Amino acid sequence: MATVTSSAAVPVVPKELLREPLVTNNRTPGWISDRVASLIEGRTPAWWWVAFIPSVLLAALLLGMLAYQISTGVGVWGNHHPTMWAWDIINFVWWIGIGHAGTLISAILFLLRQKWRTAVNRSAEAMTIFAVMCAGIYPAVHVGRVWFDWFLFPIPNSNAIWPQFRSPLMWDVFAVSTYFTVSLLFWYVGLIPDLAVMRDRAKTKIRQFLYGLFSLGWTGSNRHWSNYEKAYLILAGLSTPLVLSVHSIVSLDFAVSQLPGWHTTIFPPYFVAGAIFSGFGMVLTLLIPLRRWCHLEDIITMRHIDVMCKVTLATGSIVGYAYGMEFFIAWYSGSPYERFAFINRALGPYWWGYWIMIACNVVFPQLFWFKKIRHNLWIVFILSILVNIGMWFERFVIIVISLHREFLPSNWAYFKPSWVDIATYLGTFGLFFTLFLLFMRFLPMIAISEVKGVTPHADPHMPEGGAKGGHH
Amino acid sequence: MSAVFPKWTNRLPLMILTGLVLVGGGVVAGVWYYFTPKYTRVGYQPLQPVAFSHKVHVDQLGLDCRYCHHDVERSWFSNIPSSSTCMNCHNQVLKDDPRLALVRESAATGRPIAWVQVHKVPDYVYFNHAVHVNRGISCVECHGRVDQMDEVFHAKPLSMAFCLDCHRDPASFVRPLDKVTDLAWRWSEDPAEHARQQQSQGRRMVEHWRIESLQNCSACHR
Repeated sequence: MATVTSSAAVPVVPKELLREPLVTNNRTPGWISDRVASLIEGRTPAWWWVAFIPSVLLAALLLGMLAYQISTGVGVWGNHHPTMWAWDIINFVWWIGIGHAGTLISAILFLLRQKWRTAVNRSAEAMTIFAVMCAGIYPAVHVGRVWFDWFLFPIPNSNAIWPQFRSPLMWDVFAVSTYFTVSLLFWYVGLIPDLAVMRDRAKTKIRQFLYGLFSLGWTGSNRHWSNYEKAYLILAGLSTPLVLSVHSIVSLDFAVSQLPGWHTTIFPPYFVAGAIFSGFGMVLTLLIPLRRWCHLEDIITMRHIDVMCKVTLATGSIVGYAYGMEFFIAWYSGSPYERFAFINRALGPYWWGYWIMIACNVVFPQLFWFKKIRHNLWIVFILSILVNIGMWFERFVIIVISLHREFLPSNWAYFKPSWVDIATYLGTFGLFFTLFLLFMRFLPMIAISEVKGVTPHADPHMPEGGAKGGHH
Repeated sequence: MSAVFPKWTNRLPLMILTGLVLVGGGVVAGVWYYFTPKYTRVGYQPLQPVAFSHKVHVDQLGLDCRYCHHDVERSWFSNIPSSSTCMNCHNQVLKDDPRLALVRESAATGRPIAWVQVHKVPDYVYFNHAVHVNRGISCVECHGRVDQMDEVFHAKPLSMAFCLDCHRDPASFVRPLDKVTDLAWRWSEDPAEHARQQQSQGRRMVEHWRIESLQNCSACHR
């Protein structure tokens, strides 16, 4: 601390950077609680049912497709030699990537003391969990014999055999299951004070019981908060290397192989950047309509959207750099297979996939350089969807285009998805939106206690203004 | 704080924890016991079309295993004797016994008896009887004391772990070649002496017979 001056004069408060406040219109803590809780306590809005019913139907479609595929065989998909991995793995990587923004927002931005995260972290974490659930289905069912999935776990058994710990697919099992568990814990720990808020506001016995049960007797005492903050910080510190390693491990599924187009050392950081890129794309896609429909404009402000657009721009540019570097190395390596692999990407039978990827991931996000664009919600929304499409095509390009023409020309083939591929993928959207809509109806979509911490009211120095403050 | 829960719920965490430990332990123990071949295979004793007694033929009459299962030293497959083997004796011994009607009929018509196979490994396991018998692995190691069985039952689990136990340590199981079919044979009546001899002699045999303790996949899963 600075030395206390002996003069009796009022201490000079350093001038704040004039930043737009994180909660606009000078909303009070009480208003924040009421606003967020009203999403749960109020009547179910009509748009919720309009979104929920098709989502459930799509989730049922997913179940049907999985039942059909498991009972008939993986051959119902379009996968064939040499493209033995296609939509199953594309969608797995895509969903896992979507999930990464949630942890970035909750953990990495927490470590970096980015207070704007408070308004978006809860829904981003929920997005992570549901996206990882959608992703986790694919490694389980893309195998030909689903009922032997338990062989992947190192369990002592009467076969006296263990899994092969050298395979990145094995690491996937540990990475994804750890990631899911830690994300769930992190999300739940964050929810405890808010569940207590919901408990205390509850009008019905059932709500009081359930929120009371899950808030684990939280009273918001000083000691509670002190331990809570430490636990949250530790979890954030643990999640940060986790989020970087999980998608790196996913990238090693490819980078460890010998295939031209896959065997690249740039993959781990490049996949992580892509994951954060696509994850932020998805956060924007979800939050832009939700802030309107749920009337959260004062909590998820234009500044939040603006910052998320900037992160998208930054990660999108990293991804663009990686695309360029891949091409440079393909030329620089002098390996004819590597060169061919990349010429084939841009000019081969799947040229359209490659150029959709370049347009959606490299060209369009560059529009985020302009403040006008970042503040036009329609354009941001459309660009965020393009990011998701582009990142799907990135995985398509990496997986299918590398596989369909490899070392031996006699192995070349053209991959086409079957209707089951497509319906399964659509079905995972159903599962995702079903879970997300249930989440926003039953759990506080905004971290109430954290947002309160960043309001001017929570600032001990400047009770009336400025965007400083917060409990972290 | 509002009193949502009565006071006794303070004990709930402990109860839940105890319950989880008990249920978790119970599930693990249950799977361990009931879902492994030690339980699912051992003791399997199907009803055979003819109540053939190994005890009578081996223990009482002193037949060598190879009298009936004569291919066991030459083939991967240890044969079930055809009815004509039975008739070598039973055309005179118990020749009108009704229990042997099926055997006589089979020998006359040439239609084989539908014995029920007790020891089955899956088709993706290539087990070779001859290599084991010719390297001093006794019948008793995998089939138990068949000489004491009135009707054959599954005595050993025959799981992969069971096979590997021996493949990883053959010295503890090999015995002199002329004792392979002597199911009661021991190095010594004294268990400590038997164990000592088994180790020292076993190691010698493994070395001299060049027993490769094969543990690679293609040894069995070709």
